[in-house]
Amino acid sequence: MIELENIHRDFQVGDQWVHALDGITLAIDDGDYVSVMGPSGSGKSTLLNILGLLDRPSGGRYRLDGEEVSAMSEVQQAEVRNRRIGFVFQSFHLVPRLTAYENVELPLMLAGIPPQQRRPRIDEVLQALGLSERAGHKPDQLSGGQRQRVAIARAIINRPSVLLADEPTGNLDRKSGLDVIETLEALNRDGITLIVVTHDPSLGERAARALRLVDGHIVEDRRRRPVGAASEA
Amino acid sequence: MRPRDVIGYGWGSLAGYRGRTLLVLLAMSISVASVLLLTALGEGARRFVLGEFQSLGTHMLVVLPGRSETAGGSFGTALGVTPRALTLDDARAIRRHPAIDAVAPLNIGEVEAQWRNRGRSIGLMGSSSELNRIRQWKMARGQFLPAVDWDRAPPVCVLGHRIRDELFGPQQAIGQWLRLGNSRCRVIGVFAAQGKTIDVNLDEQIIVPVALAQNLLNVSSLFRIIVGVRSQEQMDEARQFILDTLRRRHHGVEDVTVITQDAVLETFDNILSALTYGISGIAAISLLVAGILIMNVMLVVVTQRSAEIGLLKALGASRHHILLLILGEAALLSLIGAALGFAVGLGGSWAVRQWFPNLQSAPPPWAMIASVCVALGTGLLFSLLPARRAARLDPVLALQKGRG
Repeated sequence: MIELENIHRDFQVGDQWVHALDGITLAIDDGDYVSVMGPSGSGKSTLLNILGLLDRPSGGRYRLDGEEVSAMSEVQQAEVRNRRIGFVFQSFHLVPRLTAYENVELPLMLAGIPPQQRRPRIDEVLQALGLSERAGHKPDQLSGGQRQRVAIARAIINRPSVLLADEPTGNLDRKSGLDVIETLEALNRDGITLIVVTHDPSLGERAARALRLVDGHIVEDRRRRPVGAASEA
Repeated sequence: MRPRDVIGYGWGSLAGYRGRTLLVLLAMSISVASVLLLTALGEGARRFVLGEFQSLGTHMLVVLPGRSETAGGSFGTALGVTPRALTLDDARAIRRHPAIDAVAPLNIGEVEAQWRNRGRSIGLMGSSSELNRIRQWKMARGQFLPAVDWDRAPPVCVLGHRIRDELFGPQQAIGQWLRLGNSRCRVIGVFAAQGKTIDVNLDEQIIVPVALAQNLLNVSSLFRIIVGVRSQEQMDEARQFILDTLRRRHHGVEDVTVITQDAVLETFDNILSALTYGISGIAAISLLVAGILIMNVMLVVVTQRSAEIGLLKALGASRHHILLLILGEAALLSLIGAALGFAVGLGGSWAVRQWFPNLQSAPPPWAMIASVCVALGTGLLFSLLPARRAARLDPVLALQKGRG
């Protein structure tokens, strides 16, 4: 359960203050599938960064599963990012010198999980995403769709409850993009909370709940299906 | 995070940027190697000098006229009176003590030596048979001076190795009569080649009985008295006895100086140690330079890899994790560099030993430990700034930088 209460995020640009988020209050249920849409500069990426604890709100409260995460220390927030939140980025953000396997291993490494316990978990996730054959390949030896699936594998390796995707199909062709979005939706059906930021309406319309942001305000909040209901393929 | 992962991650990123890694390793290893090599050379020189001193014969005292430790000058010098000279009788007087094993009078000077049509000016030493009892020089041929009364001047001489070669060439020297100044003496012995020694170049010396030398040089006093003491424990006792005896003989004036070999040895030891510390200090500056290079490289690493650092933060790395990773990478870099430098330094000092067997160059243990510690220390210290900069990176901005 994600609860945002009157979240503000202000940036100073020159001598002007920009209100990227201007009093967002929002609750997202476990297992929900939410899309965040809006024009450029509407604050949708800032919202995602705050949800992912990469950015701190200037004001307001953020509770994750009932815990006040906005008040946590930097080290505690890092722990929450590691255990409970998965990120999928538009540009994949794979470490180029590491193989697919090693990229997926990173969150386990940061969590201090013993090496012998990592292998079965990584193998299992790579298998589930159809990447077993590609485990030893470096990112530059993989196609765009494969790279994004490696990034998804890395995002879910610590079994987070929330998966945040920022334009996950933005750098992909149509077919690979569809493939990736179906992968994400399959994970959502297994119970993960999926939040997708996009400006692609066809992608946004697939979500069970569609939010629309303009100038740091939620201007539209439409529920198309109940939480947990299968998305239309 | 586990230490193994920190090392593995650092290793991976070092291997990922080979050219840069190799350059830093080169700088680090050169500086560690130069510290080791320079201290090895200093230490080799120190050992060489100490070894030479020990070869002078242990338990040796040297008596010389005049007081060198007088502060502010004595009455004698103030009145323009030269200190009383040492005489053969002085030397005889100090023979009578159980702690004293041997006493050898010593005069030195230059003399013209000639054999047939070859002649040259050479260093002359006048002494007695006791001298070689103290110094233990090796003879190539014949014998050292005969044991006769010091006042007698049998016309005999002992030649240094090179003098023999220059004057006699391939011919037999023993038994030949050599002209020295205006007298003649028979060659009774030739020293074995000594090579360079610290006090006297024996290869270019000629030694005659002390009375003959005094005649040749037209002097009646002694240059030095060399005293061999029976054991190290009796050195002080012997020194005191000599001072007391000579003061009594010189009417209560203490006008001689007794140098123990230890004092000279200690002085040289101090000088050479200071020299070694000095040059290793200079070499350590290169370690500092290598440290600054590491800082530079790590700053570039942090800038180049800011997207990666942002990503690690997104994946759950805290500030401490990032600090640990960057410092781990720097530590690995300095350690590998230090290890390479260690190998080069030890190899270099080994090579010096092969080429100059006289110079037993080996880096002292303190230098080995210190160079590695300083390498690691500067590596870590200078990486602190880049590591902290990385730890403070705003993940959102860092991730945006790497986009595209």
